Amino acid sequence: MALEQSFVGREYPPESVYEVGREKIREFAEAIGDPRPEYLDVEAAKALGYADVVAPPTFTTIVNLASINRIVNDPELGLDYSRMVHGDQSFTHHSPVVAGDRLAVTTVVESISRRAGNDFITLKAEIRTDAGEPRVTTRALLVVRDAEEGQA
Amino acid sequence: MSEIAVGDALPELKVHITRADLVRYAGAALDFNPIHWNEAFAKGVGLPDVIAHGMLTMALAGRVVTAWGLGALVDYQARFTRPVVVPNDDTGALVELSGKVGAILEDGTIRVDLSAKFEGRAVLGKAIAIVRP
Repeated sequence: MALEQSFVGREYPPESVYEVGREKIREFAEAIGDPRPEYLDVEAAKALGYADVVAPPTFTTIVNLASINRIVNDPELGLDYSRMVHGDQSFTHHSPVVAGDRLAVTTVVESISRRAGNDFITLKAEIRTDAGEPRVTTRALLVVRDAEEGQA
Repeated sequence: MSEIAVGDALPELKVHITRADLVRYAGAALDFNPIHWNEAFAKGVGLPDVIAHGMLTMALAGRVVTAWGLGALVDYQARFTRPVVVPNDDTGALVELSGKVGAILEDGTIRVDLSAKFEGRAVLGKAIAIVRP
């Protein structure tokens, strides 16, 4: 089923603020098996010039995914979540995300297209502190696999 | 560290991803899509079995760069080209991660071209990290 084309250009302002916690950074770093001390130890992070423990490069997937889910679960978009897979993802870091940051996400639907029975939607998220400092720009391409095609 | 040159290989990383790792990552990343932990659901939507989060594989490939310790990873992108199928056993799925210096850019940043393989085939495409020394 084609996605609702009128979603292109829609902007979703921040719905809430996500406060980055030291223990959440630790939990994420351990889940990806990345033991760098600047993720775990405040003194090690400060020695490298960070204000507090710093988040691993893909940590903002947490808020990015929440912003994606908000859009793809909108029934008007017509997206079958059970057939959705992540096509690609990028993170452009403007400044380091550190514990104590209060993040707000603005998401834009950049494009919607359909090729060979699969639907594609690109979402761009601007992740800033609630004081407006840019932290990370993310871009996600989501693919909704053709339901008619049978087994993948 | 000696001078960085195009073509330099970064140390490889081999990671076994188990179902337990997927559950742990799901909780850490707040990604609870059942295709990453529920076998019946995954098969019901046409997947061969439970698959790893593409974002987990991307994070693991990122470790090739962060372990290098040369600087901050300022830009990171990847395409998820094939699923990493994770069996319900103690060994899990073996993912082989590597990277090499692809270019030294004009602004002094370093482009690292990353590779992630599962069963000998690439699972990430165009996986590119930009590192600022």
